Amino acid sequence: MRLRQRAEQLFNIEHIVPVVFLFLSFFAWQVSGLTGTFVFNQVLTRFIRDGILVLSLIIPVVAGMGLNFAIIVGAMSAQAALLFVISCQVAGLGGILSVIFLSISLSVVLGFAIGHVLNRVKGKEMIVTIIIGFLANSVYQLVFLAGFGTIIPVANKEIILSRGIGVRNAVDLSMYRNTIDKFWLLKIEGLEIPLFMILVVLLFGGMIYYLLHTRFGREVKAAGSGSEKAEVAGINVNLLRIKVIILSMVLAALGQLVYLQNIGMFDVYTAHMNADIFSCAALLAGGASIKSAKIRHALIGIFLFHTLFIVSPQAGQNLFHNAALGEYFRSFVAYGTIAFALIINVKRENM
Amino acid sequence: MKNFSIKPPQVIILIFLIVLIGLAYVLQMDLIVLFNESLIKLVMNGVLVLSLIPMLNAGAGMNFGLPVGITGGLVGLCIAVNFRLTGFSGFFMSLLLSVPICGMLGWLYGLILNRVKGREEIAGTFIGFSVIPLMNYFWTLAPFQNRQMLYPIGGQGLRPKISLEPYFYNVLDQFCLIKIGGIEIPLGLLAFYGLICLFLYLFFRSKVGRAIIATGENEAFSKLSGIDIAGIRLIAVILSTILAGIGICVYSQSYGFIQLYDEPLSMYFPAISAVLIGGSTGRRTYIFEAVLGAYLLQTIYLLTVPIANQILIPEVTEILRTLITYSIILYALLYRDKRGIVH
Repeated sequence: MRLRQRAEQLFNIEHIVPVVFLFLSFFAWQVSGLTGTFVFNQVLTRFIRDGILVLSLIIPVVAGMGLNFAIIVGAMSAQAALLFVISCQVAGLGGILSVIFLSISLSVVLGFAIGHVLNRVKGKEMIVTIIIGFLANSVYQLVFLAGFGTIIPVANKEIILSRGIGVRNAVDLSMYRNTIDKFWLLKIEGLEIPLFMILVVLLFGGMIYYLLHTRFGREVKAAGSGSEKAEVAGINVNLLRIKVIILSMVLAALGQLVYLQNIGMFDVYTAHMNADIFSCAALLAGGASIKSAKIRHALIGIFLFHTLFIVSPQAGQNLFHNAALGEYFRSFVAYGTIAFALIINVKRENM
Repeated sequence: MKNFSIKPPQVIILIFLIVLIGLAYVLQMDLIVLFNESLIKLVMNGVLVLSLIPMLNAGAGMNFGLPVGITGGLVGLCIAVNFRLTGFSGFFMSLLLSVPICGMLGWLYGLILNRVKGREEIAGTFIGFSVIPLMNYFWTLAPFQNRQMLYPIGGQGLRPKISLEPYFYNVLDQFCLIKIGGIEIPLGLLAFYGLICLFLYLFFRSKVGRAIIATGENEAFSKLSGIDIAGIRLIAVILSTILAGIGICVYSQSYGFIQLYDEPLSMYFPAISAVLIGGSTGRRTYIFEAVLGAYLLQTIYLLTVPIANQILIPEVTEILRTLITYSIILYALLYRDKRGIVH
């Protein structure tokens, strides 16, 4: 009996998923034949690119709202803010500041609305946030493909398609590219370590950690462990849940800005795609579940998930002489991880 | 019992439809041709819409895992084409093959869904998403022989779009096609659709069917009256999956192509929103609602293409479609629980 308990402790989900990922990534890396330096540099780049997006998922999980797939809406509001500022041709520091300001305000407004909606559907938040994400994507495309140049006047003709309506597929961000990535760039024998950006991601992680240990954080945890209990304790759960979603959306918007400035090229209609799925999968790969998530899950998960992500196309090429098979494998891993977490977690609840 | 009150989504859809028909008239489009096409589109997508009913009735929610059944049907189609079966033998062979394949997939899918009771929709979504890359392996590695199905260069893997033209393209559409003036009524196609509707109707009159409905309406009560909830839900999921497989066979013979790889992902949201437009609330659903919803949604889709091409920007059609689809699903998700209590 005691042995079984020990075994369960050892093989619980928090350990087993990261171990499986570690094993898979190591195997795929060996097969791919890529050098360790290359993979490490790539993973570090992904770490600073996606770090804040993944961290933005943590608070809703703690609040018992599951994976917030609506962070894609936060990502889109950052992109919308960026497009508006570029179309008004605000350059330099003023431009950057207005992008940040605009994307925060947009995501606060949208987060408020989504929070309200989610209060109607307690217990079904995840499916609703997924549909909200799809819907928001349609609205986003409608605005920028049909609205720009027709209803919304655009001063900057460079970003508009030649027919005068709709934004181009790709907008160059070279003026913002890697503006902050190059701070404190350490180079050790081919390894490039963007120390400043790593610190920024860790700082965001620290902020969330701190926030979860304040009064607000304790209330969030209480709401997550059971609404009724929290109501009895005098917490306004509905308001709290709205605050949680707003916070998550603002973090996602900032995360998407970091992501875009790192890439330096802005694919208007596809840059945000899968931001939600990949972030959720990364968080779960680190050992989180849909009921509990910690900062370390996010940080470990990004490393594990993206290592697998980087090496699997090449591994597929070497194993089957077909790189597409590696790509199928990685999308299966992304979706499968989430499906697995959903199935496993509910099973444990029933026990 | 049945409540025929018209709800906001239906009002919006009807207004939209009337505006579209008005526009089509003003733009001098051939309304008879559009009507003929609307009948074909109804059956083409209608079976997929019907496939949602068993799971809705069992209280397992909207089947966001529809790609499971669709891929099963696609396997059946591919095997039939691999043996170069033509005409009705090809079509019925693909049906015959897809039923056991979908039955097995549905059984697995049902076992998983029984574990995630109350969260079927989100779990189904991700099971559907994960099935696609898994099946991509199958499409790439399975030993199909027919050269017309394989990539022309390299010879490994099926093409994303396999033409059914030399095999069983339009066999049902052309069967017993009656022409009155300009109006063409595809009697064979409609009869096939009618048969499936009849089968479902009779099924829900049977003992098992009644048990499914009872489980969906009140699980605790059904359990007390001795119904094996898990088994009943499993039957509903299997039936849904098999119907989805048949649905994709009908779809493909009308469309003329087998669409593989990521294509199943673009099919299930329209199907779900169709059943919701018809008046389903995400719970007990009547066959009539599925038929009506499929007809309304497909007619709207049919009308938006030429109209948008004439007066709007071409890409807007597709965006408007998805916008309508997702809004309807979101509306249903938000307002379902309230209505569920009122009944």
